[in-house]
Amino acid sequence: MPSTFDTVANIISETCDIPRDTIKPESHAINDLGIDSLDFLDIAFAIDKAFGIKMPLEQWTQEVNDGKATTEQYFQLSNLCTRIDELVAAKGA
Amino acid sequence: MRLEYFQLIDRIVELDLTAQTILVEARVPTTSTIFEGHFPGYPLMPGVLLIEAMAQTAGWLVIGVTKFTRMPFFAALKEAKLRSFISPGQDLNLSAKLLHQGSGFAVAKAQIHRDGKLVCNAELTFRLVEFPNLEFRANMEKMAQVLQFPAEALADG
Repeated sequence: MPSTFDTVANIISETCDIPRDTIKPESHAINDLGIDSLDFLDIAFAIDKAFGIKMPLEQWTQEVNDGKATTEQYFQLSNLCTRIDELVAAKGA
Repeated sequence: MRLEYFQLIDRIVELDLTAQTILVEARVPTTSTIFEGHFPGYPLMPGVLLIEAMAQTAGWLVIGVTKFTRMPFFAALKEAKLRSFISPGQDLNLSAKLLHQGSGFAVAKAQIHRDGKLVCNAELTFRLVEFPNLEFRANMEKMAQVLQFPAEALADG
């Protein structure tokens, strides 16, 4: 079974046509990979489907806009994968 | 349809919030200045307007599913197919099904049939945002009445 990171990285690679080997756990989706908000909708759709979750993007965006969180906390891929794992675990709880 | 007002659908026939589907009717007007250019001597409904008609159909479905709390703005289009020419005066049956309601976005599939035959289909993505202002929302509520949006479906769903 592929890791959360492998699944997310494959989705990003296919959705945004980014070479898979350039996508690292420390990559920031926006700052390093240049993914814009529209492309991120496609990625979110694919991640939601793949993991059976609903990533709370509106809440995350609000927290960043309010200065309560940094984009690194949600959009650096290792952190994003942690959030995804938490959502999957919460779903099964 | 009232092309000059960018109203591409006429009536919501059915809104099923359980199945997350919508059925809509539209009649292409017999005359419009659009047909003078598209095309002289051979009037055809422009494909971009058929896509907009699918977007409006799916958009009203999203408004229903979100219970009028979010405004869907058309953001992306995939796999659009314009399979047949559509002429002035033709009756169209439009439908949409929600594929996914994410956080701040929704994805739907939409189709147009004419005389039972599939003539257009596409996958559409919308950004969902709060209504920008009260005037905007009031106009959408007015349009909902024009389209016979089944407000009772919101109470049931």
